[in-house]
Amino acid sequence: MTVPQKNSSSKIWNDPVFRGRVFQGVVLTAIIAFFAFIVSNTLHNLEVRGISTGFGFLNQEAGFGIIQSLIDYNETNTYGRTFVVGILNTLLVSLVGIVLATLLGFLMGIARLSNNWLISKLAAIYIETFRNIPLLLQIFFWYFAVLGVMPHPRESMSWGELVFLNVRGLYIPSPEFSDGITFVYASIFVTLIGIWILKRWAHKQQDDTGKQFPVFYTAIAALIIIPGITYLISGTTTTWDVPALRGFNFKGGITILPEFTALLLALTIYTAAFIAEIVRAGIQSVPKGQLEASRALGLKNGQMLRLVVIPQAMRVIIPPLTSQYLNLVKNSSLATAIGYPDLVAIFAGTTLNQSGQAIEIIFMVMAVYLTISLVISLIMNIYNKRMALVER
Amino acid sequence: MRKILSTAIVSTSLLVAATAQAGTLADVKSKGFMNCGVSTGLPGFSNTDEKGEWKGVDVDTCKAVAAAVFGDASKVKYVPLTAKERFTALQSGEIDLLSRNTTWTLTRDTGLGLNFAGVNYYDGQGFMVSKKIGVKSALELDGATVCVQAGTTTELNLADYFRANKMSYKPITFDTSDQTAGAFDNGRCDVLTSDQSQLYALRIKLKNPADAEVLPEVISKEPLGPVVRQGDDEWFNIAKWSLNAMITAEELGVTQANVDDMTKSTNPNIQRLLGVTGEMGGKLKVGNDWAYKIIKQVGNYGESFERNVGTGSPLKIQRGINALWNKGGFLYSPPIR
Repeated sequence: MTVPQKNSSSKIWNDPVFRGRVFQGVVLTAIIAFFAFIVSNTLHNLEVRGISTGFGFLNQEAGFGIIQSLIDYNETNTYGRTFVVGILNTLLVSLVGIVLATLLGFLMGIARLSNNWLISKLAAIYIETFRNIPLLLQIFFWYFAVLGVMPHPRESMSWGELVFLNVRGLYIPSPEFSDGITFVYASIFVTLIGIWILKRWAHKQQDDTGKQFPVFYTAIAALIIIPGITYLISGTTTTWDVPALRGFNFKGGITILPEFTALLLALTIYTAAFIAEIVRAGIQSVPKGQLEASRALGLKNGQMLRLVVIPQAMRVIIPPLTSQYLNLVKNSSLATAIGYPDLVAIFAGTTLNQSGQAIEIIFMVMAVYLTISLVISLIMNIYNKRMALVER
Repeated sequence: MRKILSTAIVSTSLLVAATAQAGTLADVKSKGFMNCGVSTGLPGFSNTDEKGEWKGVDVDTCKAVAAAVFGDASKVKYVPLTAKERFTALQSGEIDLLSRNTTWTLTRDTGLGLNFAGVNYYDGQGFMVSKKIGVKSALELDGATVCVQAGTTTELNLADYFRANKMSYKPITFDTSDQTAGAFDNGRCDVLTSDQSQLYALRIKLKNPADAEVLPEVISKEPLGPVVRQGDDEWFNIAKWSLNAMITAEELGVTQANVDDMTKSTNPNIQRLLGVTGEMGGKLKVGNDWAYKIIKQVGNYGESFERNVGTGSPLKIQRGINALWNKGGFLYSPPIR
């Protein structure tokens, strides 16, 4: 009878699992030690140099003005409020930019694949031009070369004395409704719910009987007629606040700053060029057999695109599209170059300089961009899951 | 909790992670030159001439410190900074001296870990408007669009002034003074606000300087001066007394031209200043001829003023409050003894 001998391979340092754990432990300790060193060193240096730390400054009065704010803001508000104003301005330009870039990008991507030689080539020229010029230059182009040469306020371009355009921005009338508008908003909401129910019903109807119901046109008609009737019945009145030149500037109505316009145009056009390429790639990834099969089933061109091509193309499009959205949000921080009051310009710029809290502020700004990006990723991942191939 | 939070924060930042420095003086000496933070281009204060050399009263302050430390005013590396960048650059050790038309305020002196080494120009904030709009006083500016540089005391004074006078305004902020002047030039704003000295400097850069005028109101006190890091008294002393030496030299009539003759002067004040007698340099831990080198290579305060912003320059600014204390101004150096 032989006793199983412990050979050298069973020694503990020869155990791959044990060795793996040791190395992982060493690496982890090194990383922790590294960061601990940085933290203690930074704290020490801040203290030695007499730089105050902490977040107390957020409650101090800001004392400076901001030209564009989506919430009430004046000089007596706190640094904390400038943070919120900055975030909202960043979100405004980012979200409008994402919507417009998506529309333009899809349009250009499809145009790029058009059978029409001219349309296809024009789309190609657009994509290759704007994709290959640095974004900052494009922002400068729109701001200085296009919007910077508009006339002075007293020589404004005007359309029917309602809309004005000058070097200070675009001025449009803003509607002011009487109290009845609440009913109109409510009716729009109710109509949207109705359309959703109708859509489910139509889907079931088609499954059961094969008959199709024109949901789209019905929905459009309902959205116009129902709120329209509510508007008349509730006796809502609308007055228009028309901009007019008073003193130095136009007052009243809505002002769209040239800084905002320049940034939005540049971000939209630049990002749309990338989205166009992504859309083109997505559509081309759908196998030709799918098209042939759908034609064989007798689908019309529109139906083929909507029911066969797009759903399959989306699976390829969504992940890189998400990256483009993230890029757009992060690129919006170039606003500081032309004085649009976004998060970086206001909070990491003026507030940082007035309060001197560089580390805290930069950290907060980074955390905001990280959060916005993660939220966009999350939403796009949920959407991606829904569009993903369902195996049956 | 706050402690944990701020710890978490600094851990993400390598900003100030450089090891704590030894004295700036030792650092600078071992480097062989000094990093001096200046503006990105402001005529009269810190601006490059056609040969690409830095000129101006703020530049002269950098040179004076270099002359005191190295005996050579040219051993300066100039780092152009925007208003937003300047304090971080000094705090993080990227520059050794900040001489960039920076206003001395309590907040900056305390919370930022900085020390102001004196005042080299007494300024005040003003407004510049286009003559076309026919405004004669800043009190007529209600509703105006105002171009202003981001991250300055100017931005705060502007808000205070309009609020105090119950007027509204729209601020357009840019990073550099050139950008604000450009925006003013093409009509983006009605008013350009800045320190008055800067307004005169920026006006000569406009397409048509004669169309713009500076309004009479001065709405703030802006004592501008060189800045060093807090907690380094040795270096603080050198910066402070280099500036004082220039002012004292003017008071005693010592100029760039006559400084060599002045070493033979029998005036004990001049003898101490120029290191003929006494150990003034030794107390500052620099060469005993430190002030001689400053005056020989840079000149006294009055010479620097006239050359850069005064009658000998395109700016043509009067001495006014920047004259010596015994000539109706504010400039007053503590005695060098």
